[in-house]
Amino acid sequence: MSNSSTSDLLKPFKLKTKQQELLIRVSILCLVYILAFITRLFSVLRYESMIHEFDPYFNYRTTLYLTQHGFYDFWNWFDYESWYPLGRIVGGTLYPGLMVTAALIYRLLHFLRFAVHIREVCVLTAPFFASNTTLVAYFFGKEIWDSGAGLVAAILIAVCPGYISRSVAGSYDNEGVAIFALLFTFYLFVKAVNKGSLAWGLASAFGYFYMVSAWGGYVFIINLIPLYVLVLLITGRYSMRLYVAYNCMYILGMLLAMQIRFVGFQHVQSGEHMAAMGVFFLMQVFYFLDWVKHMLSDTKLFQEFLSITVTCAVAAGGIALGVGVASGYISPWTGRFYSLLDPTYAKDHIPIIASVSEHQPTAWSSFMFDFHILLFLFPAGLYFCFKRLSDATIFIVMYGLTSMYFAGVMVRLILVATPAVCLISAIAVSATVKNLTVLLRSKNKVAQIGSTKGTSSAKASSKASLDQSQPFQKNGAMALLFGAFYLLSRYATHCTWVTSEAYSSPSIVLAARGAHGNRVIFDDYREAYFWLRQNTPPDAKVMSWWDYGYQITAMGNRTVIVDNNTWNNTHIATVGRAMSSYEDEAYEIIRSLDVDYVLVVFGGVTGYSSDDINKFLWMVRIGGGVFPVIKEPDYLVNGEYRVDKGAAPKMLNCLMYKLSYYRFGEMMTEYGKPPGYDRARGVEIGNKDIKLEHLEEAFTTSNWIVRIYKVKPPNNRW
Amino acid sequence: MEAPIRAREALGFILFSLLFSICRSSSLNHLLISNAERRIDLSSHIVKVFLTLKVENAGSTPTSEVLLSFPPTQADHLATVEALVTKGKRKKTTLVRLDVKPTELPDAPNDAKYFTIYLANPLKSGESTTIEVLYLLTHSQEPFPAEIAQSESQLVYYRDSALILSPYHIKQQTTFIKTPSTKVESFTRVEPSNRAGTEIKYGPYEDHPPYSFSPILIHFENNSPFAVVEELVREVEISHWGNLQVTEQYTLVHAGARHKGVFSRVDYQSRPTLNGASSLRYLLARLPPRVHSVYYRDEIGNISSSHLRTDSRKSELEIEPRYPLFGGWKATFVIGYGLPLQDFLFETSDDRRYLNFTFGCPLLETVVDKLTVKVVLPEGSKDPSAVVPFPVEQHLETKYSYLDVVGRTVVVMEKKNLVPAHNSHFQVYYTFKPIFMLAEPLMLSSAFFLFFVACVAYLHIDLSIRK
Repeated sequence: MSNSSTSDLLKPFKLKTKQQELLIRVSILCLVYILAFITRLFSVLRYESMIHEFDPYFNYRTTLYLTQHGFYDFWNWFDYESWYPLGRIVGGTLYPGLMVTAALIYRLLHFLRFAVHIREVCVLTAPFFASNTTLVAYFFGKEIWDSGAGLVAAILIAVCPGYISRSVAGSYDNEGVAIFALLFTFYLFVKAVNKGSLAWGLASAFGYFYMVSAWGGYVFIINLIPLYVLVLLITGRYSMRLYVAYNCMYILGMLLAMQIRFVGFQHVQSGEHMAAMGVFFLMQVFYFLDWVKHMLSDTKLFQEFLSITVTCAVAAGGIALGVGVASGYISPWTGRFYSLLDPTYAKDHIPIIASVSEHQPTAWSSFMFDFHILLFLFPAGLYFCFKRLSDATIFIVMYGLTSMYFAGVMVRLILVATPAVCLISAIAVSATVKNLTVLLRSKNKVAQIGSTKGTSSAKASSKASLDQSQPFQKNGAMALLFGAFYLLSRYATHCTWVTSEAYSSPSIVLAARGAHGNRVIFDDYREAYFWLRQNTPPDAKVMSWWDYGYQITAMGNRTVIVDNNTWNNTHIATVGRAMSSYEDEAYEIIRSLDVDYVLVVFGGVTGYSSDDINKFLWMVRIGGGVFPVIKEPDYLVNGEYRVDKGAAPKMLNCLMYKLSYYRFGEMMTEYGKPPGYDRARGVEIGNKDIKLEHLEEAFTTSNWIVRIYKVKPPNNRW
Repeated sequence: MEAPIRAREALGFILFSLLFSICRSSSLNHLLISNAERRIDLSSHIVKVFLTLKVENAGSTPTSEVLLSFPPTQADHLATVEALVTKGKRKKTTLVRLDVKPTELPDAPNDAKYFTIYLANPLKSGESTTIEVLYLLTHSQEPFPAEIAQSESQLVYYRDSALILSPYHIKQQTTFIKTPSTKVESFTRVEPSNRAGTEIKYGPYEDHPPYSFSPILIHFENNSPFAVVEELVREVEISHWGNLQVTEQYTLVHAGARHKGVFSRVDYQSRPTLNGASSLRYLLARLPPRVHSVYYRDEIGNISSSHLRTDSRKSELEIEPRYPLFGGWKATFVIGYGLPLQDFLFETSDDRRYLNFTFGCPLLETVVDKLTVKVVLPEGSKDPSAVVPFPVEQHLETKYSYLDVVGRTVVVMEKKNLVPAHNSHFQVYYTFKPIFMLAEPLMLSSAFFLFFVACVAYLHIDLSIRK
């Protein structure tokens, strides 16, 4: 309302409203900033200040290394503690943005004499960036709609579960800073397109650089922005502003992105980045055509020239691409990229991607869970966007639609869609509420309508004029307003509930309710990892399924064979093969990998369902993908996966089964059930008399969740 | 088992005769011990020895120094030596602590180590007095077999002498050795000696010349966990805002017989008395009363298995390591807690302040191989000096904590080989001007003030070039 005109700024009354409005806006933003931070602290309050999940442990370990050894050593770090005996060039195979950010924050705090531990910095990095994201969302919303929509967007994104799921305190993952970087880059780019200024284009190039350094999801930016530019070109919205913004952003962004070792020359060599380059050349063609059009006065001649040039340009581009791909200079699309475009691709071709639960196609329930009312505010917002089409709204519409598609393909990409959904929904909320309040206010101040309407939007005035003719409009508006507030408050409650119940569990520490309603904590993972750290030789090699690799190296400080950086499928398949072979065959593989300890996760005693037995079929599939000796049907009975008496004989005698259930047959797990009753699968196990020949039990945690076996040296020949 | 003991006996007699010949030349034999009784308590891994000596001055000059001697192997493991003397008559007896100091003698036979007890009143010619000596030995029980499986119980060797090593002539002496259980595999016989229940009695032996020695070896069951803290760093940070923050970093090891082979959780859970009898399941730390914000964690996070019981006189923290410690297994952890400052910080008459705090390790029945106590004084404090009841190594450090500009002075004290008996108080004196307390709040508030001023300035000043 207040930034309507600058002419009457001098009037003291107006100035005061403007100041009041500014004050309210700043305090709302501050509160949202704080809210976004503290709502992510549930996990710290419920559990402790700790790193969550799997990948964050690797990030934490590398950050620790960075702060201890400096950037140069970090950049050249060859990690021999993972992927034994291959090792891993860490500096060249990670996105360093997150670690560098955390290390910088850590340095800054220490410079200001805040003697915090690096762990606290890492734990709170994601909430801190989430808070910053709310600010970006505000400015973005302001840019595409108005400051009201910006405020609503900030509030919506501050508590949206889709974002909170990846940014609670302790979830120290690339996504934590990447969503901030993503939205910031988009904001700066839209700003650059709106302003047509080189400075904003430069800023967006740096935003893009930060995004590239932080997360592999930058591919989304480098494809969405060209797509957006293409759409603008097709719809005839080509302008000098767009030309400046895109060229500056693309060229500088590309050059900057090449400084990241993991990305390297992909911007000019990989098929995934070719769209951006094509659009870049197309822009030049457009500019050239514009210039020719300016020079030529004859439209007919120009039309002919246009058709020839466009055909030539497209043909040249096509030939260049064909030659590039054929000569191998331009690499074809990777499997990950295909699996994004085609949801069924991974299942058939890359079991290692399909085996990860967060790579599954999204269920409707999780959309509802993560977006709640935003799910139907989103189309409403799209309606408003289409009603007031501009360069900026076209961008947000495209961002919303593409990211929604990707969110449907993979659960984890809901995260990418969240900012767009929040922004578009914010437009819907803001526009609706604004229209309704205008209705209410206009009723009260009938006399003022004439004077204020001149400056208000045309839509509002038309509503107001409509309004005068309908007597129940005011009540209706009131009811709708209450309805909107009710929905929004439901949204807030839902978000808080989801955050506290679903997204604040660190997954390292498991909590359950005991028989008397008390809270029982299963801290078995750390028990086992700490045991490894303290009581095994420092150079011991631990074999486990790849899920636990990062945690073993970070918390157990021991060398692992495979870890969550699934770069070598054969190596993982070898471990999968060892786990699914008979003990003496597995022993050969284990010996050849120079393994000292084998670690398995077992939930039969506690009823913990994401254990290795439940993941076992993936091990079989991944192992069988490389070594055809492993056949999935051998482990199934009539296509059914069983562990009880009716299980397949190969299943009952493979290494994984033996290690999980060793001496479990003597154990009473539940009252009224026979010994050896597996609570995770609800059956009595089929093989209770398990003898181990080449391995021996070295350690089992108090709730049996982690079991570690020592590999015996080969028998003496005599 | 017999043969090595024989050999030791033979060796002992050679040693004995050697010592005997040397001590002839000693000038100390104007004192003699008319009666000596020694009680050795082996029930935990810290060996407690109570020695009751009736000392008689047979010479002509009064003397106030009484020497105690230890074989070098024992002297290395000696944690503390205390001497007490009974005062008063009949029922109104009080024990008075005497000064004990390590002494070097130039003609010590076979590197024997000495401690001198300084009597409060010199012992006149022909008089006698009774001195109670208590000394503790660490790392003196050697596990044999050195490696045991989970279901086996822990057997250890204890080596000593049946005769008390002394530079004085001992007229009559008896030694009682208390073992933790009745399960004694073997013990060296030096007649008269016999065993009854958990007690082995050596003696009484009559009239043994100075430096008599008769090695004995006892092989017995000791299932008490050998909790040894290899390194303990205690940091005591004083905040004049009313809090004393204590952080203790432990490196704990089970120093008993090493664990061998399989660790079976089934057996450990179902038959806890038979399996892992010597394993270390939990530890008890005795903390000062009114303790608050206690935490127990390690490098990878909080350890949830701990219980705190507080009452008005003491607080007890029961901690369980993440996993039971078997012989040779290690665990590192950190315990931290806050204490109200007024319980520990006092002012002297000359306007200095002093901290009065316990020195040793709060864990019960543990040996600390190396202890470092760091007292972090508040920023701006001067002239620190520490008063410790026993010799320690001292130096100063500087530490930077929250919002420190010049850094805090840290008084560092180091000592090796500690037992719970070292939990006596020490004092650190320093001067501190209360005005320094305001430095950090002022810094913070001025930083915020500047920030707001900058905001106001930004909103009121138009920085754009274009007009």
